[in-house]
Amino acid sequence: MHLKYESQLREPLVYGEKDFHQVTEDICRPIEAKPSKLWYVGFFIAVALLMFGFYSIYSEVTYGVGQWNLNKTVGWGWDITNFVWWVGIGHAGTLISAILLLFRQGWRTGVNRAAEAMTIFAVMCAGQFPIWHMGRVWMAFFVMPYPNTRGPLWANFNSPLLWDVFAISTYFTVSLLFWYSGLIPDFATIRDRAKTKLRKKLYGIAAFGWTGSTKHWQRHESLSLVLAGLSTPLVLSVHTIVSFDFATSVIPGWHTTIFPPYFVAGAVFSGFAMVQTLMLILRKVYGLEDYITLGHIEAMNKVIVLTGSIVGVAYLTELFMGWYSQNKYEGYTFWYSRANLFSPYGWSYWGMMACNVLSPQIFWFKKMRRNLFVTFFMSIIVNIGMWFERFVIIVTSLYRDYLPSSWSIYYSPTIFEIGFYLGTFGLFFTCFFLFSKYFPVIAIAEIKHVLQTTGESYKEKVGGIEAMQGEEFAHDYAH
Amino acid sequence: MAKKKFVVGCFKEEAVLFPAVKKVRTAGYKIHDVYTPYPVHGLDHALGLRETSLHTAGFIYGITGTTTALSCISWILTSDWPLNFGGKPHFALPAWIPIIFEFTVLLAAVGMVLTFCYLCQLAPFLKKHHFHLRATDDYMVMAIECTAKTNVADLKAFLENAGAFEVNEQEAETQWWLGTYDKDQQLIRDTTIEIA
Repeated sequence: MHLKYESQLREPLVYGEKDFHQVTEDICRPIEAKPSKLWYVGFFIAVALLMFGFYSIYSEVTYGVGQWNLNKTVGWGWDITNFVWWVGIGHAGTLISAILLLFRQGWRTGVNRAAEAMTIFAVMCAGQFPIWHMGRVWMAFFVMPYPNTRGPLWANFNSPLLWDVFAISTYFTVSLLFWYSGLIPDFATIRDRAKTKLRKKLYGIAAFGWTGSTKHWQRHESLSLVLAGLSTPLVLSVHTIVSFDFATSVIPGWHTTIFPPYFVAGAVFSGFAMVQTLMLILRKVYGLEDYITLGHIEAMNKVIVLTGSIVGVAYLTELFMGWYSQNKYEGYTFWYSRANLFSPYGWSYWGMMACNVLSPQIFWFKKMRRNLFVTFFMSIIVNIGMWFERFVIIVTSLYRDYLPSSWSIYYSPTIFEIGFYLGTFGLFFTCFFLFSKYFPVIAIAEIKHVLQTTGESYKEKVGGIEAMQGEEFAHDYAH
Repeated sequence: MAKKKFVVGCFKEEAVLFPAVKKVRTAGYKIHDVYTPYPVHGLDHALGLRETSLHTAGFIYGITGTTTALSCISWILTSDWPLNFGGKPHFALPAWIPIIFEFTVLLAAVGMVLTFCYLCQLAPFLKKHHFHLRATDDYMVMAIECTAKTNVADLKAFLENAGAFEVNEQEAETQWWLGTYDKDQQLIRDTTIEIA
């Protein structure tokens, strides 16, 4: 009998007859086995995309930003669209690991490790865009505030672009620390059961000499809790600050106070969609259906329908304010450049509406939330929609400036812009493939921690307790 | 280096471990440590460990970050190189809040993780004595330190009575937590159980 107890009314988080050793076996199996052919195929496709990305960057750095189709008014195009898209995706991991930890959501334990990894890789991809967009990328260190011989001329601390530098780099560092501190005990598990010398050595280095001492666990718990507490406002602040890049400007279509909450909701929306895409593949390929259950998928779909609807309300509010403000330029941007299907970029606005607002409503139905095909299909649709959202915000606000003489020709990307975007996919999936092969994709220690309260077989054992009389229960189990 | 002797008992369930901890402590034995594969809540209290102050350290690091960012930015923008941004005040506190906040979080997180690693003596390439290799898999491993007075045979029997399903004797260097895996230590690292 375990010392804690959870009602049988709650769905089990771990299915099957499992003890601690079985959990270790199940999660370590992919690490200790040879990768499958499919893994190699996927990995080499990812590396090929990455190479294409390198080539696109090489061309852009050699010949300048003119390799891209940015023009006199559309100064931000695919590059910043992709930047915001990737940063948004990078929000789900920390939301799952931090906010759901504070809210004591037990189901986070099955998915948090892979989601955090996804976050870190997505932020790495996002960071590429503003850096290479600088053009003279060898001057990138100018954003760092350090005493210099140029005056000293400091970075502008009042600029949202500098806030972004701080926000993204802090977010990346803190996510990495959070992720790695959780990985240490799991690396120790792999180290202690390693059968080859090389594995023992490498995982020994990665495990930092972890022993599992009670005092260390006590500190580890304290560290996780405080890092979760720090990451919670951090994850909200990052996309808020990304939205400030737009909202603090005076461009019609960007200059709105609704941006911070709207961006954060959108980020969580797209992040969860990406988590769904990856989890559905991961659980199938590695046979982790007992750990990443339909209950997990359903819980994430609930978050998707909630955040998708918040985003929908934000779109409608913007349209309303475009009319209510009676500002000609606001009205033109929202009602002509965006909502009019027959304007040059109208297709992107309605693509966004269809993907982000209309289609996720299907998740109000439980059957759909628990359907793997629908979930997988929707996760892709949502991410396409969220890409459209950023494209809409950036391009439709920029392509027609106040004066008709400042209206630009139709902006469409060059092969180098597309190549750069595909290259970040290569980076993301190269990292993710390596992660899924060499890292424990599920937090082993955390699953063990909740196993005896939420595991299916353990729940069955304590089932009798629920039939007990109040006083008897109080006497035997409640203290 | 000086070596110490330990009696090691393995447990599989929390419900057996907790009463055993109590029995061992009331009998007057000194529990060196209990190694568990996951954080067992309440075990720190059962062992009589004090609360960790790591969060206090985190708070101090955070405050340091806040004051550093605030003082640096205000010195830079008001006295070292005041720039005129559209006639706005040089001391533009609201515009600095994002960076001050981010820097607070950054310092708190980095500082806490480094402190955590320092306190737990965690670093790459560090090799420690492991009383049982399955302590990171499914066993809860209690190590009891033997003094000159301890009757090892009695202690072993006592542990078995308390519910340990596997009991053995081990030696470890006093400063084993900073030790290296040289050839001497290979001997004591080898526990009796084969890992399945």
